[in-house]
Amino acid sequence: MAEIRATFFAECEELTEALEDGLTGLSDDPNDRETINAVFRAVHSIKGGAGAFGFKALVRFAHRFETAMDELRSGRIEALPVTVALFFRAADHLADLISNARGGPAPDGPIEDGLLEELEKLAEGQPAEDDAPIEFEPLAFSLDDFSMDDAPPKRRFSIRFAPFPDLFSSGNDPLFILSALADMGEVSIHCDCTALPCLEDLDLQQCLLSWTIELETEQEEADVREVASFVEGLCQFDVTELVLAATGQPALDPLPSFESVRDPIASAAIALTVRDVPDPSKPRLTLSSPDPQSTPLAAPSVATANAAAPPAPDRRAPPDRRAKPDDGKGREAAADGAKESRPTVRVDLDRIDRLVNLVGELVINQSMLSQEISTAGLAKNSAVSVGLEEFLNLSRNIQESVMMIRAQPIKPLFSRMARILRETTAETGKQVRLQTEGENTEIDKTLVERLAEPLTHMIRNAIDHGLESPEKRAESGKNTEGVVTLSATHRSGRVVIEVSDDGAGIDRPKVVATAIRKGLITAEQTLTDTDIDNLLFLPGFSTAASVSNLSGRGVGMDVVRNAIQDIGGRITILSERGKGTTFSISLPLTLAVLDGMVVQVMNERIVVPLSAIMETLSLDQGEISGFANGRRVIKVRETFVPLLDLGAELGYRAAPDRYENAVILLVAQDNGNQVAIVVDRIEEQRQVVIKGIEKNYGRVPGIAAATILGDGSIALILDPADFVIMASGSSRFSSGTLALAG
Amino acid sequence: MSLNVLAVDDSRTMRDMLNYALTQEGFTTHLAEDGLHGLEVLKGLNPDVIITDINMPNLDGFGFIEAVRGQNRLRNIPILVLTTESAAELKARARAAGATGWIVKPFDAAKLVKALRMVAG
Amino acid sequence: MQNATQKVQPSVLELLAFRVAGQDYAVDIMMVREIRSSTVATSLPRAPSYVRGVINLRGMVLPILDLARRLGISEDDAEMARNVTIVVDHGGRSFGLMVDAVSDIITIQTESLQRPPSLTNDAEQSFVNALAVVDGKMLRILELETVIPRPSEEAA
Repeated sequence: MAEIRATFFAECEELTEALEDGLTGLSDDPNDRETINAVFRAVHSIKGGAGAFGFKALVRFAHRFETAMDELRSGRIEALPVTVALFFRAADHLADLISNARGGPAPDGPIEDGLLEELEKLAEGQPAEDDAPIEFEPLAFSLDDFSMDDAPPKRRFSIRFAPFPDLFSSGNDPLFILSALADMGEVSIHCDCTALPCLEDLDLQQCLLSWTIELETEQEEADVREVASFVEGLCQFDVTELVLAATGQPALDPLPSFESVRDPIASAAIALTVRDVPDPSKPRLTLSSPDPQSTPLAAPSVATANAAAPPAPDRRAPPDRRAKPDDGKGREAAADGAKESRPTVRVDLDRIDRLVNLVGELVINQSMLSQEISTAGLAKNSAVSVGLEEFLNLSRNIQESVMMIRAQPIKPLFSRMARILRETTAETGKQVRLQTEGENTEIDKTLVERLAEPLTHMIRNAIDHGLESPEKRAESGKNTEGVVTLSATHRSGRVVIEVSDDGAGIDRPKVVATAIRKGLITAEQTLTDTDIDNLLFLPGFSTAASVSNLSGRGVGMDVVRNAIQDIGGRITILSERGKGTTFSISLPLTLAVLDGMVVQVMNERIVVPLSAIMETLSLDQGEISGFANGRRVIKVRETFVPLLDLGAELGYRAAPDRYENAVILLVAQDNGNQVAIVVDRIEEQRQVVIKGIEKNYGRVPGIAAATILGDGSIALILDPADFVIMASGSSRFSSGTLALAG
Repeated sequence: MSLNVLAVDDSRTMRDMLNYALTQEGFTTHLAEDGLHGLEVLKGLNPDVIITDINMPNLDGFGFIEAVRGQNRLRNIPILVLTTESAAELKARARAAGATGWIVKPFDAAKLVKALRMVAG
Repeated sequence: MQNATQKVQPSVLELLAFRVAGQDYAVDIMMVREIRSSTVATSLPRAPSYVRGVINLRGMVLPILDLARRLGISEDDAEMARNVTIVVDHGGRSFGLMVDAVSDIITIQTESLQRPPSLTNDAEQSFVNALAVVDGKMLRILELETVIPRPSEEAA
């Protein structure tokens, strides 16, 4: 049952997502019936499952929500923006209740009451249906045994059960009514066959028998009547209670068991007359067995040996089992029927991590093997080399598959942010719309959680500080409704997530003034726009004149940046006054294995991610074209590209004046510009396993991670973009903090 | 030999619960996730009883029941409707479509089983 | 050895004693993961001078600190003399401390620990949180919390 509970919560997640998607769809197209049905079903299903587990608060709210949605479904109300907004809020609250059911905090009481009231208003005028859903009694046969200590009084009932002819069309079978009654106590059943016509006029689909039953039971009349609840309206079912004789003796003779009761029915059938000259146009009826005792002719619609009629399942056989003609097929179908689409398996994240590590070790192992083999001088086309080649391909495939297990679309995170946006918008009174792009971009599952908080802060900041009030926006000719855009994409081997707003942009003079006031910079320092923007990342920085309820809580961008850096990411700002601000987060894909180029600098080996390298060139002294902005540049085809010496920037050596036989790696930056990195030589191209340095040591500027080479030694993996930032920064500022954006 | 039950419900949780409850009682369960899927499954199956939800995508409970009743072979199979709704008009509609009986969610497993045995023998 | 009367608090401390740059230090043995011969480390760019670099410890990237430099008791590059690396775990992070040699495992009473007197060398003082006298020798007990660099320091 714990498994099913887990299934329920997993399903709730999907349903909540479907609900939100649907509501978003309704915002665009309020009349789409499919969408309306889908959102109704989502709430309906949540309610159903919640009821099964007894989550009362959840059921109560879901029920009211569902009732309101039913108004929409039946066309009594329309999906107006204000209605959809209410549904969104209700959906958010529903999510909170689900989380509460899971063990999370209890949601806000007043909010819930408010929502319930609003939902009820929507459903006003409609009969309130079953407001206490959890107390539903299955309206089926109530077969509770009364467990009373004393022997309950026996009651006797006389029951007249006369099904209407079309009772069978609802799948009912009088036999089962009779057996149900028999189960309740002692019965005496008499069958009335007088309504039966002669056999050839008999319509198998019609029930023409009726019964009088005498029942002695401890149960009440209501229970007796309930037996026929399914066939209400399809039969005559009269129950009369008989009073026991004063002596306590049953007024009737001892009742025979039900089994022998079949005989009167069977014999009644046998008593049917058959015309002497059957009309050949009418199908002949043959009894399936000449022996009336064992003939399962309890009802006319039983299987007959009539070839023209389709073989109905021989269900009405005596208790000894019957043969099912399609048993074989039934079993096959069983296998298929039990299968559902898209079977999933739940796996502990730990196991996946272990698997990922093992795959990583596999890669290391195979590269060591590769090295041994080439050292041993085996030819490329030898069996061993060929075998190894295949081995490499296989493990590559495994590694890719394993990686895909952990990667998930970022969509759920965006949905969470959508909710934050809705709440923040409500609090600030501004009008904001959310746009998302690339919600199917996959990121490692472990990153999703770590991103939630930083993104939340950024969205709040964007709405609170970035976007202007509707009045101000109107003044500057913008839409009163502000737009916040959340996007995710893969770029040069990293995941880039951006939060941008079309607000007023960073007020740089104000930022500088505040920074000077707080003693973070001096008035004499000249700063570029980027430098000023990056001041925001300094601890304790806040320009909000009035500490607003949200962002002024003391959480500044420095906390956000730390959180991003903790997961190995970078964050940069781009802002244009009057147009808006964009925060760009760049994260490693956290692939455990990377395709890299191993290069040498001063006897140190550095691995450069292959995905970052656009081109490799050999460097001739003559191509260094001198200096520009304090940087050396080289000419690549027709453009001048800044030149960075890897060894120098990493502190291994001073940059040499001359290069001989050096190699250049052309690396593209986030902004599309190119940078040339000089190394001594390229050793090889190979897969490396990424080993984090952060866990033990911390961040190393310019370095993404480390790897273990075939000989067991450690080589650092370059983070090209960060390397470029680091290199540019170091030449202009003595203290690194201001220049570094992330 | 155990009874074959086809349970049709778009909620995975509900399918799991029905499967669990019924298998425990010795039924052989077959599952489908909506009316359309249910019809597919029925192509190779002759269950002793069918349980179905009403609100499902692709083909809802009413449509499913009508379709089932439209097939000669399946015409008399008892069909129980299992749903959270209990409005009289819905019941009437279900009855009109050909449902045998109505059970309200949340269901009591024991009662469900008794109901099943009662209609399916 | 052990006191006959038991106290409520843990009364004994087990220490790993070692020598570095001619001086005697010790560290709580509970923090010691293993002891190995020093190997050449891959240097980390722009790291403080006491950070030797990183080595491969069975697949894990382990930062190595030159303890003498870290404690400020030696500035020379006597790398070869630091034959032993003590691998310690602290706060979920692992580090290797390069020392001259490991001396002994010592059990002492917590009550016999002494507060270090204020020394002129403040840097060294903050790394040592207690002193113990064993066999006439004074052992400085390291406070790993301060010895191990905080991550943010390195990110500058």
